[in-house]
Amino acid sequence: MATLYTSHARVDEPQHRERPRRVRAASSRLWQTSPLTYLTLLVAIVLSIFPLYFMLIGATQDNDDIYKSPPALLPGSHLMSNLSKVFSNESANVGKGLLNSVIIASCVTLSVVFFSSLAGFAFAKLRFRGKSAMLLVILGSMMIPVQIGLIPLYLIMVKLGWENRLAAVIVPVLVNGFGVFMMRQYASQAVPDELIEAARVDGSNTWGIYWHVVLPALRPAAAVLGIFTFMQTWNDFLWPLVAMQDPANPTVLISLRNLGNGYYQDYAQVFAGTAVATVPLLIVFIVLGRQIIGGIMEGALKA
Amino acid sequence: MSLHLDATPAHGPTDAARQALPPRPPRTLRSRLTALDIKGSPYLYVAPFFIIFALFMLYPLGYTLFVSTRNWQLGAQTSTSVGWSNYVELYHDHDFWNSVGNTFGIFVISTIPQLLMALFLANLLNRALRGRTLLRIGIVAPIVTSTAVIGLVFNQLYSKDFGLINYLLHFVGVHHIDWKASKVASWSALATMVNWHWTGYNTLIYLAGMQTIPKDIYESASLDGARPITQFWRITVPMLRPTIVFTVIISTIGGLQLFGEPALFGSGSNYLGGGSLHQFQTVTMYLLQEMFNRSRLGYAGAIAWVLFLLILITSVLNFLIVRRINSDK
Repeated sequence: MATLYTSHARVDEPQHRERPRRVRAASSRLWQTSPLTYLTLLVAIVLSIFPLYFMLIGATQDNDDIYKSPPALLPGSHLMSNLSKVFSNESANVGKGLLNSVIIASCVTLSVVFFSSLAGFAFAKLRFRGKSAMLLVILGSMMIPVQIGLIPLYLIMVKLGWENRLAAVIVPVLVNGFGVFMMRQYASQAVPDELIEAARVDGSNTWGIYWHVVLPALRPAAAVLGIFTFMQTWNDFLWPLVAMQDPANPTVLISLRNLGNGYYQDYAQVFAGTAVATVPLLIVFIVLGRQIIGGIMEGALKA
Repeated sequence: MSLHLDATPAHGPTDAARQALPPRPPRTLRSRLTALDIKGSPYLYVAPFFIIFALFMLYPLGYTLFVSTRNWQLGAQTSTSVGWSNYVELYHDHDFWNSVGNTFGIFVISTIPQLLMALFLANLLNRALRGRTLLRIGIVAPIVTSTAVIGLVFNQLYSKDFGLINYLLHFVGVHHIDWKASKVASWSALATMVNWHWTGYNTLIYLAGMQTIPKDIYESASLDGARPITQFWRITVPMLRPTIVFTVIISTIGGLQLFGEPALFGSGSNYLGGGSLHQFQTVTMYLLQEMFNRSRLGYAGAIAWVLFLLILITSVLNFLIVRRINSDK
């Protein structure tokens, strides 16, 4: 990323002025931004934000207002009453659900990024026997539908005594084929072999190469993988539904389901509940989103 | 890495052997350790994945295969072996093939536009834009939502009588479309949800890949007089090949497992049915319907295995297709 922006900036720097004019002209034409670029992006962003906005608006409406045509597109005045209904719902335990989801998603994210980058580095840059076969296994593992192993997986958890414990939803996803394959693809594109050879000549061992050379170069992809893993774990519904059946110890989405029989009738409360489950993620996303972009630029500079 | 060999004689050669050896014995141990490091650490680094994979994926997969060869009622203590007859029944099951058709139909009309749109948006974002952090955050925002939330929100947007989509359509003379009634309508509604959820994510992946393409390639192409659009198709797209392969495979796997959106779209007591005539019932919905509503654990196991094979075959085919298209360029 930074390669691009820095070299874009460099086009205007004095040392490049001696280049043939038509190169600069053609090159800058490729990267130029017109009002149309901004307009297209603006339309895309409005479309991508609108359903989230619609959800937040729904959370501020009275339930009767939801069933009107056209639907309300401006905030109503019922946010606090909807929220207090959601949080005071005794069978839902929304507060506990929020806390559990933060713990689960944080542990899984750290673990997935660490183990995936380690394995991705090994697959992209190290030589070892059986590598191709192992990579096929990793690709194959991504094609295994979660639904297939649901019942056997549940039986394992019962046997381990992990039912209704956070370990049941953390341990099976400590590392996955998706992360390993993504890091492998990125590492083979972004880490030059010469850099690794040079580090070896300097006497660095494999761990040192990973920690000081590869990991910094992988930071952009690690940020993307990290944020994606966090979202995915937070939003996982099917497996927690099976493994965390105790309403006293739910994840936040299980809390939503437990909001009661009014789940489908009181749509204002449903919207408020989905907002409660989505807004913390949205905030984390905005914070991490900035880090991602900084990380991408920094990582590309070092590579 | 510093090794004080003299302080640890137990690991080195004996004094006698040391004198007999060439004058640089520390090198020997060190090079041995280096060899061990080079040969052993790759296995150590990939081991965590394979441990988790064996315990929580491979074993359940095999166990499900065992279940699929039995007549097993959900909750029953005993079961009887029926060989492959569950698979034979599945082969003649119209409802199953209907769900396969729905799943592939929704997959095709969501994935192809989605990935093209993502390439296009990534190319727009890959410029010196003002406020680009905000632009990127805005584009990727939908990935924060869970499929459950998407199903609930779009259920309202696509509502027949009170939905915003139908309200907007009435301005152009289209009235009260029942988005759940037909295959065409329900598939497009579901494809919209999938596209809305994933386009931004794929855009970010393409963008990260585009950043690693060296700028000089574009400059020399410009020198040869290649126009921007030519450069996009002849340089950007081929150079992105590993990334494109990645997104195509991920979309295939996710698309063929589609469950959350259609299940919540067809809310109600028979939410696994996917509409009155199963017009948007996906394979996973059919699997859960057989498992929980009809308690046919063995038959559900067979569906799970066929779904797995379908995903496998489609992914390999897509991989070969994408690789071929790009290497032609």
